[in-house]
Amino acid sequence: MAIKDLPREEILLSGSAACPGCPASLALRIVLKALGKKTILVIPACCTSIIQGLYPKTCFNVPVLNMAFEASASAASGISAAMKRLGKDNTNVVAWAGDGGTYDIGIQSLSGALERLTNFIYICYNNEMYSNTGIQRSGATPYGAWTTTTWMGKKEHKKDFLEIVRAHHIPYLAAASPSYPQDLFKKVQRAKSIKGPKYIEILAPCPAGWRFPMDKTVELGRLAVETGAWVLYECENDVLTFNARSKLILEGKVEPKPIEDYLKVQGRFRHLFKPNKDEKCISEIERYLRVVWNRYRKQVGEQHKGN
Amino acid sequence: MKIVMDTGNRIAAKAVQMARPEVIAAYPITPQTVVVEQLAKYVQSGELDAEYICVESEHSAMAASVGASAAGVRVFTATSSQGLLLMHEMLHWAALARLPIVMVNVNRAIAPGWNIWADETDSVSQRDTGWIQFYCSSNQEIFNTIIQAFKLAESREIQLPVMVNYDAFILSHTSMPVEVPEQKDIDEFLPKFKPFWKLDTENPVTHGNMLSQEDHMGMRYDMHLAQENAKRLIPQIAKEWKDKFGSYQGELIEEYRCEDAEFIITAMGAIGAEAKVSVDELRGEGYKVGLARVRVLRPFPEEEIQRIAKGKTLLVIDRNISVGSGGGVFTEVKSALYGFCDSPVYGFVAGLGGKDVTYEDIEDMVRRVMDKKAKQTEWWDLKEIGGS
Amino acid sequence: MKYETKTTISYPMVGAMGKTGTWRDFRPELDKSKCVKCLICWVYCPEGAIKREEDDSVSIDYEYCKGCGICANECPRKAIVMEREGK
Repeated sequence: MAIKDLPREEILLSGSAACPGCPASLALRIVLKALGKKTILVIPACCTSIIQGLYPKTCFNVPVLNMAFEASASAASGISAAMKRLGKDNTNVVAWAGDGGTYDIGIQSLSGALERLTNFIYICYNNEMYSNTGIQRSGATPYGAWTTTTWMGKKEHKKDFLEIVRAHHIPYLAAASPSYPQDLFKKVQRAKSIKGPKYIEILAPCPAGWRFPMDKTVELGRLAVETGAWVLYECENDVLTFNARSKLILEGKVEPKPIEDYLKVQGRFRHLFKPNKDEKCISEIERYLRVVWNRYRKQVGEQHKGN
Repeated sequence: MKIVMDTGNRIAAKAVQMARPEVIAAYPITPQTVVVEQLAKYVQSGELDAEYICVESEHSAMAASVGASAAGVRVFTATSSQGLLLMHEMLHWAALARLPIVMVNVNRAIAPGWNIWADETDSVSQRDTGWIQFYCSSNQEIFNTIIQAFKLAESREIQLPVMVNYDAFILSHTSMPVEVPEQKDIDEFLPKFKPFWKLDTENPVTHGNMLSQEDHMGMRYDMHLAQENAKRLIPQIAKEWKDKFGSYQGELIEEYRCEDAEFIITAMGAIGAEAKVSVDELRGEGYKVGLARVRVLRPFPEEEIQRIAKGKTLLVIDRNISVGSGGGVFTEVKSALYGFCDSPVYGFVAGLGGKDVTYEDIEDMVRRVMDKKAKQTEWWDLKEIGGS
Repeated sequence: MKYETKTTISYPMVGAMGKTGTWRDFRPELDKSKCVKCLICWVYCPEGAIKREEDDSVSIDYEYCKGCGICANECPRKAIVMEREGK
């Protein structure tokens, strides 16, 4: 798919409250192109709640139900049930939530909606923190990252959330990035074509929270994939498929770039380099990455054996 | 019309089935569980054509109800005590979103100390959420009120969610005979839901984005006006029901032998029903006693209380408490009468945690007031509790 | 169609937060002679402030462009350069 094949119509209208360089805004713009206008969004408390703008105006040209922080998936369950009753179940019902509202406070509601086979798409745009309240740590914040509630760097690894979702054995889940727009577009279109619960997680490198210049958002998203810090994959009916650079890394065809390249361009990891290099922390980050990727290789290997 | 003999919960489920909601999102909690079980049976046997969502918590039950109602269909859910408290945030959400959700709440005491018996603190403590609140005293009233609640909630001048409360076990699990009308007559009384706003891809709007200070205040004021409208619409709908189906339990307040009374018991729910027996007993002894049974706590029927209280002594019995202040009905009655008349008002807190309150207890309370022995507020039949 | 219910219902429009172009410190300047119409700038603009014309050429909507510079950073031909606003 070429970039020019992406639909022209803008469903996310210009003039939002998003920060300049906002990855969530970029991701949602692409997602909405893939979904089309027959879509109802549920947006819990997160940056996107504010991005919409001030009543009585909004910048999303689809119906939107704003919702309490922890309840986007439950509200989406209700909307999905109503659409079925109204004979409109070809309407995309989509929850668009941050990592806080997904990994932490929203996990119960999401898990329930997935287990009930709710017909909807749940999209988590993950900027690895509670950004709307000003950069506090979340269950998605990676090891060693500075946030306003982990001033010395987070001491715990982030949750392996995609594995948690995989454990629900839903028809489709994927990991994507707005730095790979065609890949994201295709994943949303795939999800939209399947009935049942679908989950897509999009890495959203946030200039304000991760502390990097606002013109580097897309570049950093690419670097995340190139170092293996983020992955591009899909899992359909329990079968994993890796995409693009992630596939090449998995198969050993391309070496992942050193993780330090990714860490040292982000202010939230500055304390790992200045005033002294924190070898211990960087090693732990590298170790965990190896564990995750070895597990991916094992999972894919077992698939090939027909297990 | 047929007569059915069944428990409050099962009668409630029957009323809901006949009201034809299209989405039900529910979670079990004693002593409401039978309501959601019976509704699941109706749906799964085809007697109720609806989507039934087995949500994973009460907060999710109300969130799913908000989603479905916002999408433009009639919605129902049910809960009790802990569940009601868990969905507190979402109660506010439903009301501010002006969604006509109807919910049954079975009044049960709040934990810790697991106590599943009758106590109204759960719903009375939610009276600030913007929901209209009814308190029922009989299974017939439960049936009638639930159907009337949908009609009320869905009317243009209201557009607010409605909570129908009844006491744990005393009503929820007690069988009483109930007149059940024909489905076609219920359909005439309660036509299909027509939403006043909805999530519609043909007309995209955003609900609930950022709101300024003045606009927030304006939204709140409109809700307040809607509650004021309910003071007019509740009697109107009750009368429509009476004309069509014959049964009638009163409007905002049910007045029983109040006209020439000197002492008026003011109570809700099961205690309200029990008080009728006390009134009859005391009248039999020659005392001029009446009962003002508060059916509606929100909107608070100020004007009715003012009218009823003039020149009388009021005796309020609350099966709920706001510690540090007083019983909910008591404080609101006093507030309604302040500056209007100087009728004496006594407040009894009784029956918390399901402690039994019999017609003899109520008679004794009235006698204390009549004999000028009662303090302004009293906690009835208090037991000294433990410590070693 | 507007709804009468007095609840927080908002209607979609361009410029919901006003003319966000006023936020800029730097503005993207496009040199059309270098542009190959790859549309990379168009796809990566978080604001949708890069207009895609019928022939796939692009123009910048200065009323809403917030000046983040992603377009300049991503352009493979360096056809977009960030200039100080007001210069």
